[in-house]
Amino acid sequence: MTCPQIGKKANLGPVPKLEKGCVMKKLDAIITENKEVAKNYLKMVLEVSGGLGGEEVLPGQFVNIEIPGLYLRRPISVCNYEAGKLTLVYKPVGSGTEHMAGMKPGEKLDLLMPLGHGFDPAKAGERPVLIGGGAGSAPLYLLARTIKAANPKAQITVLLGFNEKAEVLLEAEFRALGADVTVYTVDGSYGTKGFAADGLDSLTQGAADAVGYTYFYACGPMPMFRAIEAKAKGDGEYSFEERMGCGFGACMGCSHKTKNGYKRICKDGPVLSRGEILWD
Amino acid sequence: MTEKSTAKTKDSKAKASRTEGKNTAVTLCGIRLDNPVIPASGTFGYGYEFAQYYDINCLGTFSFKGTTLEPRFGNPTPRIAECQSGLINSVGLQNPGAHAVVSEELPKLAKVFKKKVMANVSGFSKEDYVETVKILEATEQIGWLEINISCPNVHGGGMAFGTDPKAAAEITKAVRGVTKKPLIIKLTPNVTDITEIAKACEEAGADGISLINTMLGMRIDLKTKRPVIANTMGGYSGPGVFPVALRMVYQVARAVKIPVVGLGGVSSAENVIEMMLAGATAVQVGSANLVNPYACRDIVSDLPRAMRKCGIGTLEKIIGAAQL
Ligand SMILES: Cc1cc2nc3c(=O)[nH]c(=O)nc-3n(C[C@H](O)[C@H](O)[C@H](O)COP(=O)(O)OP(=O)(O)OC[C@H]3O[C@@H](n4cnc5c(N)ncnc54)[C@H](O)[C@@H]3O)c2cc1C
Ligand SMILES: Cc1cc2nc3c(=O)[nH]c(=O)nc-3n(C[C@H](O)[C@H](O)[C@H](O)COP(=O)(O)O)c2cc1C
Ligand code: FES
Repeated sequence: MTCPQIGKKANLGPVPKLEKGCVMKKLDAIITENKEVAKNYLKMVLEVSGGLGGEEVLPGQFVNIEIPGLYLRRPISVCNYEAGKLTLVYKPVGSGTEHMAGMKPGEKLDLLMPLGHGFDPAKAGERPVLIGGGAGSAPLYLLARTIKAANPKAQITVLLGFNEKAEVLLEAEFRALGADVTVYTVDGSYGTKGFAADGLDSLTQGAADAVGYTYFYACGPMPMFRAIEAKAKGDGEYSFEERMGCGFGACMGCSHKTKNGYKRICKDGPVLSRGEILWD
Repeated sequence: MTEKSTAKTKDSKAKASRTEGKNTAVTLCGIRLDNPVIPASGTFGYGYEFAQYYDINCLGTFSFKGTTLEPRFGNPTPRIAECQSGLINSVGLQNPGAHAVVSEELPKLAKVFKKKVMANVSGFSKEDYVETVKILEATEQIGWLEINISCPNVHGGGMAFGTDPKAAAEITKAVRGVTKKPLIIKLTPNVTDITEIAKACEEAGADGISLINTMLGMRIDLKTKRPVIANTMGGYSGPGVFPVALRMVYQVARAVKIPVVGLGGVSSAENVIEMMLAGATAVQVGSANLVNPYACRDIVSDLPRAMRKCGIGTLEKIIGAAQL
């Protein structure tokens, strides 16, 4: 990056790279697809122009989207990223996400990406379990893909929870990766009646190691996290949400206290490991 | 942006001379700045993280995160609420404390920033301010002290120091006694007559005044019918406050002889020029960094174009030009 005043790069040696993965970029992306994929959920596919220069997005990272007419950006998890093609799955809940839902292919969005400290796929082991609630299922897709690519023999269990049949997301996509998928609906209209966290009990029951899985990854609403916390026998990590001012670590707007000091959900998170979380 | 793209097509020599033709340098309390653009405290951390995004040496300087004597975690979340043309924050001065700033943050900054930095200091008693400034005083890297007096005075019934001319003067005088660095007092806009506070600080020995800090505001969530911010209220900033900030900069610049640093809602090179016309010697940019991490770099590189548009050759000459 050249400096407009000095005209050339100040000679201070290489700028230290502070974060794991690719340094955040501000990019233009063109919407190629934006449609309802289930009741209350849309999938948006974007072509990231210029791309990340071949650099990867890590599972659990997110993008921060500028919405025309609104001051703050909106954080949405990366569901998938492959060769400049970015997939997001989102639920319209307010002015920003509703604006997104009305956008058409060909329209542009300004993104900051990739952001945050995501899941650690290296911890998966042979039999990881991925637990997603609602839109929280989305980032688990890139995670499952990454785990599978690193270890084709890994037996991935995916537990997905939704309110009702019409809302079920990504089931076929997870199956296509070879994962063992169980869907839970609150009203019992599809799959098993109940909550995704219930699936942990079935894994643990009668397991030789009394755990039933090597590691868990969770993304979803707080009640789901509390249920997992009460049931989980093994180690794992959770992806959190918080209201954000910047999304890249500058404002301290999103800090949570942890056993390892404060952590910015946008930069040191959104993924925190089970051992460091303080459940107030 | 058109100037920028036409400049690109010319050879680089011509481009360089065109930029040089516009003199953006200013002097703030005896220290020369390449340009008046300064990222505001609390929106730029301790600077080094932004150095991953662009060469931060293009900035005039920057004001680092409000630093207190002891480490502070700050307020509960949610700390952020969106508003039309801005945001409310209630971060609560989260920072690692003055000792850690000197021993950990500033050495990291030194690797990527060769200019003097502005040290923003907060406290909850006179002693807090004095002790914090003593810790920072020996650090060569620090050019100016910017004392944020918008914090509640724990010994004064929780009223912000900056809302009472006597308390503001008392802090200024106490800090003046322990520093040789240029001393800038940062004022809160949440007062009836800001000129009264500014004059009290000037008389007590301040070398400069910066304003405005955030305006007290709040939002209520229509679904939950509860305040969005966990602490109910917070500080409003962003483009929405620009006219109020500009008015206060104008008033203070008339009332005092020391330099004024203008801020509040600045988001473009044109806003920088407007603040300077009102009487600002230098201009800070806060919230804009949060929605566009490149905001300050872009404003710096856009200044020559905006100056040309306004018929300005030397930026320093326009300071206070709008004063009647
Ligand atoms: C790291 C992260 C990843 C996320 N990934 C997804 C995803 O993949 N799919 C999805 O549907 N949603 C996701 N969310 C939630 C999504 O950011 C919010 O639904 C969205 O910001 C709401 O904006 P709005 O303008 O529609 O709602 P409004 O209520 O009008 O928003 C007002 C303000 O509150 C903020 N806000 C509201 N709800 C949330 C929330 N739950 N989390 C953070 N900020 C919020 C908004 O960003 C905005 O600043 C994610 C949130 C975070 C923090
Ligand atoms: C997230 C956030 C944190 C801030 N923290 C501080 C701080 O620590 N010390 C301080 O003096 N001002 C702080 N401010 C105030 C800004 O420096 C600035 O005075 C104010 O935001 C108005 O400028 P703006 O409209 O350009 O943001 C903070 C502002 C924001 C938005
Ligand atoms: S949102 Fe600004 S630090 Fe996390």
